[in-house]
Formats: sequence, structure tokens, C-alpha cells
Amino acid sequence: MREVVIAGAGFAKIGERRNDRIGDIFAEAFRMLIDNTQIDPKEIEALVVGNMSAGEFVGQASLGAYLADYVGLSGIPAIRVEAACTSGGASVRTAYHLVASGAYDVVVAAGVEKMTDTPNNQTTSILAEAAHQEYETYFGASFVALNALMMRYYLDKYKPKREAFAKRSVYMHQNAVDNPRAQFRRPVKLEQVLNSTIVADPLTIFECAPIGDGSAAVLLTTPEKAKELGLEYVKIAGAALATDRLALHERDELDTLKATLRARERAYKQAKIEPKDVDLIEIHDAFSIMAVLALEDLGFAKKGEGRKLIDEGVISRDGSLPANLGGGLKARGHPVGSTTVYGVGEAYLNLLQKAPRKSPGGEVAVVQGIGGTGSTVSVFVLRR
Amino acid sequence: MYMGIIEGTFPPRYRREVKYRNAFVGWRCKKCGRVFYTPRKRCECGSREIEEIELPREGRVVTRTVVRNPPKGYEKYAPYAIAIIELDVDGQKVRVLGQLADVDLDKIRTGMRVRATLRRIRAGRRGLIEYGVKRVPIEE
Repeated sequence: MREVVIAGAGFAKIGERRNDRIGDIFAEAFRMLIDNTQIDPKEIEALVVGNMSAGEFVGQASLGAYLADYVGLSGIPAIRVEAACTSGGASVRTAYHLVASGAYDVVVAAGVEKMTDTPNNQTTSILAEAAHQEYETYFGASFVALNALMMRYYLDKYKPKREAFAKRSVYMHQNAVDNPRAQFRRPVKLEQVLNSTIVADPLTIFECAPIGDGSAAVLLTTPEKAKELGLEYVKIAGAALATDRLALHERDELDTLKATLRARERAYKQAKIEPKDVDLIEIHDAFSIMAVLALEDLGFAKKGEGRKLIDEGVISRDGSLPANLGGGLKARGHPVGSTTVYGVGEAYLNLLQKAPRKSPGGEVAVVQGIGGTGSTVSVFVLRR
Repeated sequence: MYMGIIEGTFPPRYRREVKYRNAFVGWRCKKCGRVFYTPRKRCECGSREIEEIELPREGRVVTRTVVRNPPKGYEKYAPYAIAIIELDVDGQKVRVLGQLADVDLDKIRTGMRVRATLRRIRAGRRGLIEYGVKRVPIEE
């Protein structure tokens, strides 16, 4: 297989974009990608779009053809891929294989989600489609509730300080202050997080990612082509996707995402790295419990001790393993199908020191995306 | 899920699923003996011989939450408790998910023993009244 690099990124501002259709949001990310790279769009040979539920959220299928047409790319192969909240991870990995295989030299991996054209309870229902329809959703389990079940299990088993979970939200909001595309660019205090409304016990609303519209796009190509186009790049040193049983109750463990373990093992092996080699991470922290489990399952902490990396500031901007420098799912936002593309794109920016705020830098970044409550997980290793 | 004129589940689907919603049914691989709560056509051991079994009615709560922002169709029942319950099937631990009923939301706790019972899950204004298994606390 050929070596594949990321040679450009573009992002739409995340938020409740009531005046914009799904195409407008994607077009904003695509335009920034073209502006940043200055490439001729004719160079783009294929488009892959990660999207969880445009059919339900806005009633649009044929998303590949629609979005390609909307930005003047009509004619090239364009497909949508879906793996719930890591549809974006599935998109980047599909594009990775399109380039690695030699089928194409220049592919755009994008993600988009328009989540605010439905009333709140309907949005909640659509998000719950990531879980098992007959055996979880039918009984009234919301997606937040399933995450709350994991968090309660963890709290009962390890009896950690509750504050360690909430502190993650404080870091993430700090990180988002300088990120122009973030949904929330204001700091929050620990007390606010702990005392905010409970959505599903024990998760408070300030521990959950918000609902918002957004889109991100990254340019995948070969090192040779990137040089020819005059573009700086980071290598995709590892790219893996793994699954676990769909229903949470059917998994072997309620406090381990086996799909993360499986994807991590393959991605780290491909990239020939160990956890200690990693300089910065983008983790799928849709809920505070998911941040803690990600730190453990990606190999940065022992089981039951992930919260220490939060409590001791290891994952803060000034720590030794800064996480989600753009604010993560909590503060940058979580337009589900685009989220892992934001993660990959922000890791690329931070490794190359192109982010709006100077990053701690480094050589190696790990990006994780979670679909459902852990039924699909994508893991990428990027190397400068 | 069909969200058109008829609220809730479209009748043909309900008819197909009603047995599994209203009875306490699980599945056992005849080769390796593994028990599942959700159906499948092929076990991870490679066997396609999977039989329907009746699951025990009583179990123990291993984790729980209270849903305060419910999905569409469940608004009038909120807040309600959801739990993962562990059953003992011939020495094998099998987990199931469902609502807890007849319970004070402040008093649900991990470890509490519960028993399966048939209850209303939801009822739309222009749809079927849908039933399913919920669990109630066992007095100790």
C-alpha cells in the first residue's frame, strides 16, 4: 500500500445555523480547504462524506451527489459513509484506502451534519438510532441515558472523585476560547459544570456535547503529490476501524470499549508506536465518561485511573498529553457525522503549528472517534 | 421507526416483534452454549444453530439512570428509570436492558433485585398501544 498524507483541512463554524442548509455548511468547510491549499478543485478525484443521518435530520439521501454538485464537483465519484458518531472516521479511513490502494491520488474526506432542523425530542430520537432499535431505544433509552449507565457503573466500581469528570469540561471550554469554529468560546467554572441541570443521572448538561451544525474536510494524497502541489503535510501512519456488539448490555465489559482496544492495537502496530510516543490526542469526549474511558482504552492510563490524567492536568493545554486543543466535542461542538474529521483536521493543524493558537507541538498525534456507545471506533495515528 | 401518520411502530413491524417484546425471550447457541438477549443468525463460535430460550424473570441491577430528556414518543412518561439487569442463566451471567417500574426514582440503587413484568411502553394518539417487559423491585 502507498503512503498517504493529510495535506489540507477546512472547517465550518459549528453552531445552530438556522439560516444555512446542509450544503451551505459543507461548502464553508470545502471553501476553506481550497483557500488554505490553493489547489485547483479539478485535482480532486473523489469525495467521501461522513454523515450519520441526513435522511432523518433533513430528509436528504444521495448526499455524495448532492454535495459534490453543490460545490461544483459534479461528475466525480462521491459517496456517503455511515458509522454513527464516527461516520467522519469511516470517511477518513475510506479515503485513506482509496489513496493507499493507488486508485486515486487526491481525495477529499469530509463530514457534515445538520442537526437543528428538527425539534429537540426528535433530534434526541434520531441520535438514539445509533443504539439498538429493538432492544435499547424501544425501551425509552436515550443516547445520553446509555452513556449515563456506563458512567454510573464506573462511579460505583472505582468510586472516583466526581470533580475529576467535571474538570474535563473546564479544560475543553478553555481550549475553545481561541478556536474560531468552536460552538462555545467562553470559559466555564467547575461549580457550573457540577451544578448544571441533570440530563440523565449522573450526567449534567455541562458534561455532554451540545447539538450543532457543522462540517469539516481534509485533503488526502500521496507525499509525492503533496510536494508537487507545494503543500505541507502530516503522514497517516496508522488508520484502523473496529466494531463491538451494538447493544451496550451485550458487551463483555461496561467500563471498557473493546472496539477502542481493537482499533488502537491495529493503528499503533501499523504506525509502530507505543502510548508513550504520543504528543497530543483528539479523543471522542461526547460525555465526560467517554473521555475517561478513551484515556484508559487508548493506553494512556490503567483501568480505573483515566480520571487522574484529567484531575492532575495531564491532558490540559500545558500538560504532557494535551487533549482536544480545539475544545473537543464538549466545546468545539459535535455535529456527529463530521466530528472525527474535525479531530483529524485539528490534529493536522496542531502538528504543523497552523492552529489559531500556538500548540504545544510534537511529532505524533492520536485521533479517536466513537460510533454509538462504542459499537464502532476509529483510531488514527498522524506523524509530522 | 415509522414516524408518519401513525405514531409509534407501524403495525406490520409490531406484529413481527410483539412476541419478543411481550415475552422474556433470549437466544442460546447450541454449540458453545453462549446466551444472548438480542437475536442473531450466527454465533461468534461459528455455529448457526441458535435456539430460542425463556430467560429467568428475576435479576439484579448492575447500573441505572433516570431519563429526564426523553426521545420522541416517551415525553409523557418522563422522568423514568432505565437499568441494565444481570440474570443468572444456568450459571452464565446475561445482561438485559429495560425500564424499572413501580419504583421511587430516588431509591433505585445498584444491586437491587427486580422481577420482569409486562407493562405499557408507549401509546401514540393515532397508533397502537405498545407493550413490553419492564422490571419492578422485589420486596426484601
